[in-house]
Amino acid sequence: MRVAVIGGGVVGTLVARELSRYEGEVLLFEREPDVGWGVTKANSAIVHAGFHERLGTLCARFCVEGNALFPEVCRELEVPFQDIGGFVLALADGEKTVVEALHAQGVEIGVPGLVLLAQDEVRAQVPHVNPDVVAALWAPTVGITEPWGLAVAAAENACANGASLHVGEEVKGIAVAKGQVRAVTTDCTTYKVDAVVNAAGLYADRIAALVGVSTPRLIPRRGEYLLLVDVPSELRTAVLFPIPTPHSKGILVVPTVDGALLLGPTAANLSPEGKGATETTARGLVRILAGARRLVPELPVGKAVKAFAGLRPEPEDGDFWLGDTSVRRFYQAAGMRSPGLTAAPAVARWLAEEIAADLSLAPRPSFDPVRPALPHAANLPLEKWEKLIAADRRFGRVVCRCNQVTEGEIVAAVARGARTLDGVKFRTRAGFGRCQGGFCTDAILAILARELETGPENIGIRGPASALIVGRVR
Amino acid sequence: MRVHQVEVLVVGGGAAGMAAAASAACYGARTLLVEQGPRLGGVLDQCIHPGFGLHRYREELTGPEFAHRLEGELQGIELWTGCTLLSLDPTCPRARAVGEDGVVEVHAQAVVWATGARERPWGALRIPGPRPSGIFPAGLAQRMVNIHGLLPGRRALILGSGDIGLVMARRLHLEGVEVVAVAEVRPFPGGLLRNVVQCLHDFEIPLWLGSTVVEVHGRQRLEGVTVAAMDEEGRPLPGTGRFVPVDTLILSVGLLPEVEGIPFAPRNPTTGGLAVSSRLQTAVPWLFGAGNCLAAFDLVDTVAALGGQAGTEAARFAQRELSTVKTTPVRTGRNVAAIIPSFLVPGEPVTLYLRASLPLAEARVDVGSGIVRRAVRAVRPAEMVTVALSGEESAALACREEAVVEVIPLR
Repeated sequence: MRVAVIGGGVVGTLVARELSRYEGEVLLFEREPDVGWGVTKANSAIVHAGFHERLGTLCARFCVEGNALFPEVCRELEVPFQDIGGFVLALADGEKTVVEALHAQGVEIGVPGLVLLAQDEVRAQVPHVNPDVVAALWAPTVGITEPWGLAVAAAENACANGASLHVGEEVKGIAVAKGQVRAVTTDCTTYKVDAVVNAAGLYADRIAALVGVSTPRLIPRRGEYLLLVDVPSELRTAVLFPIPTPHSKGILVVPTVDGALLLGPTAANLSPEGKGATETTARGLVRILAGARRLVPELPVGKAVKAFAGLRPEPEDGDFWLGDTSVRRFYQAAGMRSPGLTAAPAVARWLAEEIAADLSLAPRPSFDPVRPALPHAANLPLEKWEKLIAADRRFGRVVCRCNQVTEGEIVAAVARGARTLDGVKFRTRAGFGRCQGGFCTDAILAILARELETGPENIGIRGPASALIVGRVR
Repeated sequence: MRVHQVEVLVVGGGAAGMAAAASAACYGARTLLVEQGPRLGGVLDQCIHPGFGLHRYREELTGPEFAHRLEGELQGIELWTGCTLLSLDPTCPRARAVGEDGVVEVHAQAVVWATGARERPWGALRIPGPRPSGIFPAGLAQRMVNIHGLLPGRRALILGSGDIGLVMARRLHLEGVEVVAVAEVRPFPGGLLRNVVQCLHDFEIPLWLGSTVVEVHGRQRLEGVTVAAMDEEGRPLPGTGRFVPVDTLILSVGLLPEVEGIPFAPRNPTTGGLAVSSRLQTAVPWLFGAGNCLAAFDLVDTVAALGGQAGTEAARFAQRELSTVKTTPVRTGRNVAAIIPSFLVPGEPVTLYLRASLPLAEARVDVGSGIVRRAVRAVRPAEMVTVALSGEESAALACREEAVVEVIPLR
């Protein structure tokens, strides 16, 4: 039995990993040169508690289940996860009722540990927030993670358990006969398959259309962010939420797992043709600052090193599209709006069980849930780092000084599939720091070219089309 | 883990660090210089243009030549290249470093921090648009061209008229890149006048004053930028934006002192660098600072001179010759954007380095409300003003609670 998973984001890679718990063959298709470069790359990286979700929705069910699964999945895949908790701040008397309603909603859908805090309690716990705060909801199960790291880890773990990863391969057609999927055609070749999982993120509506499954529209919603580094640690104690808007969770202040602070996102609906429009806008950047300063008036904005934007899929019907469809053995893990990241591990586990039952797949006895992370030398105990250096001197050469990433780690990232500067950056954090690659880009370019046995003019941020250099000097 | 004992540890092997190590060793201190890169020189290595050394060596040298001279002065020191400082203990001069031979703990008596500066990254400017390739900090582009022999693009705009931007405009032009212009947001250039003449005028590269990039275009590779004129408050003037097709944008938008490795050392609020006394000593008595990690200086000669002083002071501290004294804080007053040092040791001579906020044809520098007065000509924000104070003058300033430095127009 052979299952094709379309889309190498956090959802598709986790589905592939869960399917690899069973006998049978898993093919994971991603049209970008690397996994995790779509919706997965640019979101708030929050593991949500679930109190934002309405009772009875798939969002609510899988958010709460996914939140509970996250620590285990991140432990097995050696992906950063910190359960730092979050506050929803009421900054005016009128907002207090909203916070109380979120509390009631959270309790109703089974979010553990929610507490309503009075003004003096909030001020004592997070003294840096807006002094106008009148009350807050404390959610201890709010966490932060590294979504792209999770996608890389899940893909690696799936492959270690027999799956095959096809990056840079776009699915162009799906053959259906007698109401059942039979084959997947990519821009390379055709694969006979017994089942297909649509985890194509922003493009899931197009993939569904390939087999004639009609879906509500997927609206690309742009979220812009601003990243600050080297911020005081007191600003990084918890995720801060405003009260939600009718459309989104609002502009947040989010600590990242690698010590930075993320402000955003905005929420701008684009036309369906806008699915590549990840540019930042002047208006968006102004809104981010206004929204974030409302939560934390004294933000060190001078520490901003990066502005970016991501698109998230907003299904018109407002909820996930999960499970089987009118076409036999065409399954969906799609419409994964926020809290899609949080829900992903639970959706993946549930869907793999469904598919295994439909296809009568037996458990794979050799399945190993553990994926060893790339060693990050500077985080290791000294003896372990010294051992790494003794085995390979390149672990003693620091290339990225901001995040103390060694050449050994970059070489290892290339060995695990990094082909681009972003591929290296997202695996090792080299170039993610305060200099944003000003000091190390040339060195990383040289290592990539050497390891891949190609010229530096063929290496780009995201592939040859975004190459850094055009040739040699004369 | 190995433990290594020295008297003076110098962090950074650029101009400041080399000069510091040379003078510390010359003073008789057992000195270790650690440099992250494979060889000494720091940013000098990539500055293959002339213009260095006119003060220190009384001749015009290229960057690598200047570095080579300084390297020749390094007698009797220990040198670890390819060695990165990982951490410095806030409570005592003990550092951890890593290299190809493993992790080492260095126990010193004094430390000279000489880590230089980094370039302000593109993302810090918050200019909207997608994130294509082809946007380079000028120093990175310089390293690509001069060290690696790689060409960053075919048609370039330089944003910011700092010295590296001006030098790179010329460099790229000489390599056959079409340099459309240098855009500067302020109404005056950010770099030295001699660089405006030698790098732009001599090659007929336009300097667009009062204009900046307000948007970039291109999903994969840069396809162009929108340049707009600025109003007097530095905001883009509506309706002035025009598309400039370029595949390369070179940024020369400021240098930031690289001091994040020692968060416990107080900062100079006017520069973002380390706050030091006229002895180049920080508030942490065993920690000294020199070079561009104090402030972005105009000349490598200045950086080397400060390094030399820091090395001597650190050696004196290591040998218990440096007494503790009450210092006079230095503050910026009218028309002064930046001042180094932050504290004066009364009775000791000192050179003040200051950067004016606005250009003035004729002006006077006033320290301590008239205790010290110096006439200066043609003050420009791009060029640091130096004011040498005698021991008597710094002693006289001790009667003030703080020495306020002002630049006062003369007419």
